[in-house]
Amino acid sequence: MINPYAHRKYVIISIIITIVFVYISRLFYMQIIDDSYKYSAQNNSQRRVTKYPARGVIFDRYGKILVYNEPAFDLMVIPHQTREFDTTDLCNILEVDRNILRILLKKARTYSKYKPSVIIPQLSLETTAILKEKLYKFSGFFLQARTLRKYPKPIAAHLLGYVGEVDDKFIKENPYYKMGDYIGISGIEKTYEIYLRGKKGVNIYLVDVHNKIVGNFAGGMFDTAAVPGYNITTTIDMELQEYGEQLMQNKKGSIVAIDPQNGEILALISSPSYDPSLLVGRKRTKNYSLLLKDTLKPLFNRALMAKYPPGSTFKMVNGLIALQEGVITLQNSYSCNNGFSMGNIRVGCHPHPSPLNLIPSVQYSCNAYYCNVFIKILSNRKYKTTEEAFLRWRDYVLSFGFGTNLGTDLSYELKGNVPTNDYYNRYFGKKRWSPLTIISLSIGQGELGITPLQLANYACILANKGYFYTPHIVKEIHNCEWDKSKFKEKHYTLIDSKHFEPIIDGMELVVTSGTARIAKIDSITVCGKTGTAQNPHGKDHSIFIAFAPKENPKIAISVFVENAGFGATFAAPIASLMIEKYLKRYIKRKDLEKRMLETNLIGK
Amino acid sequence: MQRNTNILKTIDWLTISLYLVIVILGWINLFATVYNEEHSSIIDFTQQYGKQFIWILTSLIIALIILFTDSKYLQLFSYPIYIIFLIITFLVLIFGKEINGQKAWFELGWLRIQPSEFMKFAIALALAKFMSKHYFKIHNLNNLLIISLLTLLPMFIVFLQKDTGTAIVFASFVFVLYREGLTPFVLFFALISIVLFITSLLVPQSIIIYTLIFVCLILFLIFNGNLQFFIIGLGLTIITYTALYGINHLLNNHILNQYFSLFVATSLALITIILGRIKKIKYAITIAFFLILSIVFTFTVDYIFNNVLEPHQQSRINELIGKSNDLKGVGYNVNQSKIAIGSGGFLGKGFLQGTQTKYNFVPEQSTDFIFCTVGEEHGFVGSSLLLILYASFLIRIIFIAERQRQTFSRIYGYGVFSVIFFHFVINIGMTISLVPVIGIPLPFFSYGGSSLWAFTILLFIFVKLDADRFKYLA
Repeated sequence: MINPYAHRKYVIISIIITIVFVYISRLFYMQIIDDSYKYSAQNNSQRRVTKYPARGVIFDRYGKILVYNEPAFDLMVIPHQTREFDTTDLCNILEVDRNILRILLKKARTYSKYKPSVIIPQLSLETTAILKEKLYKFSGFFLQARTLRKYPKPIAAHLLGYVGEVDDKFIKENPYYKMGDYIGISGIEKTYEIYLRGKKGVNIYLVDVHNKIVGNFAGGMFDTAAVPGYNITTTIDMELQEYGEQLMQNKKGSIVAIDPQNGEILALISSPSYDPSLLVGRKRTKNYSLLLKDTLKPLFNRALMAKYPPGSTFKMVNGLIALQEGVITLQNSYSCNNGFSMGNIRVGCHPHPSPLNLIPSVQYSCNAYYCNVFIKILSNRKYKTTEEAFLRWRDYVLSFGFGTNLGTDLSYELKGNVPTNDYYNRYFGKKRWSPLTIISLSIGQGELGITPLQLANYACILANKGYFYTPHIVKEIHNCEWDKSKFKEKHYTLIDSKHFEPIIDGMELVVTSGTARIAKIDSITVCGKTGTAQNPHGKDHSIFIAFAPKENPKIAISVFVENAGFGATFAAPIASLMIEKYLKRYIKRKDLEKRMLETNLIGK
Repeated sequence: MQRNTNILKTIDWLTISLYLVIVILGWINLFATVYNEEHSSIIDFTQQYGKQFIWILTSLIIALIILFTDSKYLQLFSYPIYIIFLIITFLVLIFGKEINGQKAWFELGWLRIQPSEFMKFAIALALAKFMSKHYFKIHNLNNLLIISLLTLLPMFIVFLQKDTGTAIVFASFVFVLYREGLTPFVLFFALISIVLFITSLLVPQSIIIYTLIFVCLILFLIFNGNLQFFIIGLGLTIITYTALYGINHLLNNHILNQYFSLFVATSLALITIILGRIKKIKYAITIAFFLILSIVFTFTVDYIFNNVLEPHQQSRINELIGKSNDLKGVGYNVNQSKIAIGSGGFLGKGFLQGTQTKYNFVPEQSTDFIFCTVGEEHGFVGSSLLLILYASFLIRIIFIAERQRQTFSRIYGYGVFSVIFFHFVINIGMTISLVPVIGIPLPFFSYGGSSLWAFTILLFIFVKLDADRFKYLA
């Protein structure tokens, strides 16, 4: 019997073949043409764990550790890998509020669904231990090893600076950084970030659907090791730094000590300061806002950012300019009648022998002498107008590094202020001002704004008789070629070296028999100069600059003590103790030291 | 006795070889899917692959028993077998164990049996028995009713077990009916229905209706062969529609729906033409009927979709046709499955080297989504070869069915084909996102005792019938 429907088997076979053909085409598209599945598979099953390098260790000039690292763990999340989990359990382990956790997770999701974000940074070791055991319950979460900064001594906070998480804006401009990475925010940590940070490495793991690591991807072939940051030796003398901070405790102000022979900063103190370990880890944000609210402004680096009138310490600048311009000789003397009077201008002075010439003018810090000298400089016939003479004067001043950025390797260095002719033209009107109008510049008052760093650099110039090296804080970066030529270059002032001799003699007399006898140290010839900066807001600032020894100077220093009165009362003894500490490593004058350490000028 | 010794010569060794190859490939793939280093022996009975080994051995024993049974009894006891399994399937509803929301399992100690799997060969036997009776005419209404009853009754019970997948499988016997003479329009209508179903969910109904009307006018043109009347029809449709729509708009009420206006307009135009001058009235009526039916169908799809289907079924369909894209929820399985297969590339990642399946990213990877492992580890080459292997196997079954002299054997053979083919199309199709996710295993390949036993029985009854084909000389 012939089946009438037998041909239908061909229809059915055609259907089979058609469907298999369609399926094979689909497979061809999915497996060969479309690449996206391969990436998805990688995202699914590979987890890239960044290996964070340890930041470079920072040493002082004698190899003592200023800052090193200790291990810490961050809790990370990859939002798209998360599944339902016991929020209460996780919150209990982490000791955070549920709502906070929710906000953190949302933030991570907004950043990226596929990239890891930090949920809780720097967990304590106990929390880490508990979490490690329970982590399998929280799919999408993992722990990331990090290092935290650790300080053996609570000193040099402003110098070292601190480390914090990079912000979103910075990440956009610098793709090296990922959310949750750390970066130096101030101090050496900021300026030497690229050396200190090292190089991140990566481990590529295979994970299963529960986010459990099941092995290394390709046997670890694509893993890279983290390279630790370069260690840095600074120019800081840790002992001197610590001593300076002790001397400045309960006082506002700063100390900057530099080796004039090479520009190496030996100590840089801004007081009040803070313990650098306050700005490490989870407590950083909280402590930072507390420090920010403090009325004494401990975060403010006075040594680089505070502008003070230099007071009488500035007199030598005018003396040097006058010598260089030839408007005075060493023999020219001026009398002082308890000050200087001309027209309706009067500048007071204190009792001292009169009349006197250049060297004793430094020794006794005579105001009248420098008022006369300043008028001589600005009335110089060489220049057609006062303005022209003033511009020349200003060039001299700038050559001392005042009113300019010194170009140090410290962050947030300010220029200070040396007034311009334009400023006076605006303030008084064109040709409406005379040497007399701006006479306060002669004694370092008026519109001058000088930072303690600039003043210490000025002390170096005096010590070197006319030149300075750019002050800097890094002596050596270990195992690394870096360009330090800029710190090897001598910067000359516009004053001939020979003019410095009498000035230095005067500065020696200041200490031996002048205004700062208190700063005298047995067996060391200290050259110094006191200064008292008038302060519209309160008691005068006490200022002292010095270098020692006179021959072949090894240290130049500036000291500011705010609202402390005459330069000789606080700044001079503190500077002198610092010099003794640095050169002798031992303080003989215990009484003076005790008095300085115990003085409280803040009153809290 | 002579007959029994002949079985080695008459048995179809090719089918058996294909069966063994698929079973063993499935087992090896299962090993790769759930492989872990702690249990690296393929015969480790704590693991799925170890258990599957037992299922394979027992299946072979079952196959042998069937081969040594007289096929006469299988024919004789077709109805009793059907009734026994129908009762067992029904009893599951009452005494069964609920797993994943489905009440489809009997638990006997460590053994879990899913009776609905065995229902497949029972139905195949019953249908073969019924349709092979003398003077059987398929278009007889009583016959159609009984055939419907034989399939729909178990289908309904399995639906109640909430095992929609297996229930749908029973619909696959339509291939048997087609082969035995059911009008080809059944397949045509099925195709049109699927197309309309999907498009009506994706495209606004108005667009479908406009398209349908246009298609009808074209068909009319083809069958009537008169361009003049085509233009008249088109013109009438546009004019009447504009008029109706305009009046409706002028009166500023919305009594008349615009689809309704269009429908009335088109019908009027068609009826006018049909009554006006008809060459082949049969075609005209068919076309009009098709148009009306399609439009009604389009409207009912929305209703069925929103009111009849369950939410998870709705979302699976939405996911498939791309209306929703919820990769963490409903779409998760299919997305992960696509990732696994897609990441396989040309040659695959290699045996035991798959990451997506081995690390459990793909759910149900050893049962419904076993094909992912093939796709991932053996790539385009491996998966295509497997598809071709299945195609050869299916075509071989058809070939054998066609060589039967006995109607019973042929019908049963098509039953075997229908069930395996349907499983194959749905299972592979869902892993590559061409059909909605319907949880049914890949025959002989997926992990699972009931499924392997049931498919083995299904197939080996047919192998036995074939081996005995010379006994039943027509």
